[in-house]
Amino acid sequence: MENKIRLEFTGIGENVALARLVIASLAGQLNFTLSDIEELKVAVSEAVSNSIIHAYSAVPSGIVILEAWQDTDSLVIRISDMGKGIADIQKAMEPAYSTEPDRMGLGFVFMQSFMDDLQVDSEPGKGTTVTLVKKISSDAGTFNSSQN
Amino acid sequence: MNLEKKYHRDTLVIKIAGEFDLVTAEEFRRVVDPELERRQVRNLVINLGGVSFIDSSGLGVIIGRYKKLSQSGGKLWIAAARPPVRKILELSGIQKIIRFYESEKQALEAVREA
Ligand SMILES: Nc1ncnc2c1ncn2[C@@H]1O[C@H](COP(=O)(O)OP(=O)(O)OP(=O)(O)O)[C@@H](O)[C@H]1O
Ligand SMILES: [Mg+2]
Repeated sequence: MENKIRLEFTGIGENVALARLVIASLAGQLNFTLSDIEELKVAVSEAVSNSIIHAYSAVPSGIVILEAWQDTDSLVIRISDMGKGIADIQKAMEPAYSTEPDRMGLGFVFMQSFMDDLQVDSEPGKGTTVTLVKKISSDAGTFNSSQN
Repeated sequence: MNLEKKYHRDTLVIKIAGEFDLVTAEEFRRVVDPELERRQVRNLVINLGGVSFIDSSGLGVIIGRYKKLSQSGGKLWIAAARPPVRKILELSGIQKIIRFYESEKQALEAVREA
């Protein structure tokens, strides 16, 4: 039977660890390697942190939704917020681009390099949805190939 | 997260354990910045040996301290990063500006020789 989870939480820093834990636990049930799980944790951490830091920068505690399900040979993870949205998605995804002076613009870089697919949907004033796709037991994972 | 600080002459050594994300990055800044200012630290060694996870928030705070130190002629050294953490550090390109050492002892030796 197909497994699906949906978790709704307040966008506070402490819940980023919670989101990582949930995804690591789910990925552990599937056929992911330890380095795949590490990569999934980083990608989820980046997306959830972005919702907390950027989407809700002006709101003390907006809601973040974490969903995940298995789609044939992949794990699909979706992180959604109802925050301020992104005006220029392409620009936001450029390496080293950040709207915060103290940040480095690496979040999307990590999501892109660790996932097999990354999709960002966003509308200013409405919110952002980030969809991460990771193939199960793909031997071509970035960590695996570089470790051999 | 667990943060330990100690001094070797003018070198501040910060040892972190746990997950280095946005919550712990904030804590790191809160502990380290006043030290950097008050004690006029010239060298900061960050021992990442106990860190099991790092993301861009953790990296950002390390690079931020590097910039702060550079402005006052100081230096930053990274020690004991474990493989998963090291992968993230390498992917970020941080190695072009900050050197990594296998152990805290080796980093402190490098500080002494610099
Ligand atoms: N959920 C979101 N809501 C609104 N803006 C976002 C969201 N996610 C990303 N952004 C925008 O995209 C930019 C790039 O995001 P990215 O994660 O790559 O870098 P960063 O968060 O600025 O820095 P880092 O991730 O290195 O700490 C952000 O600076 C922000 O302007
Ligand atoms: Mg980010």
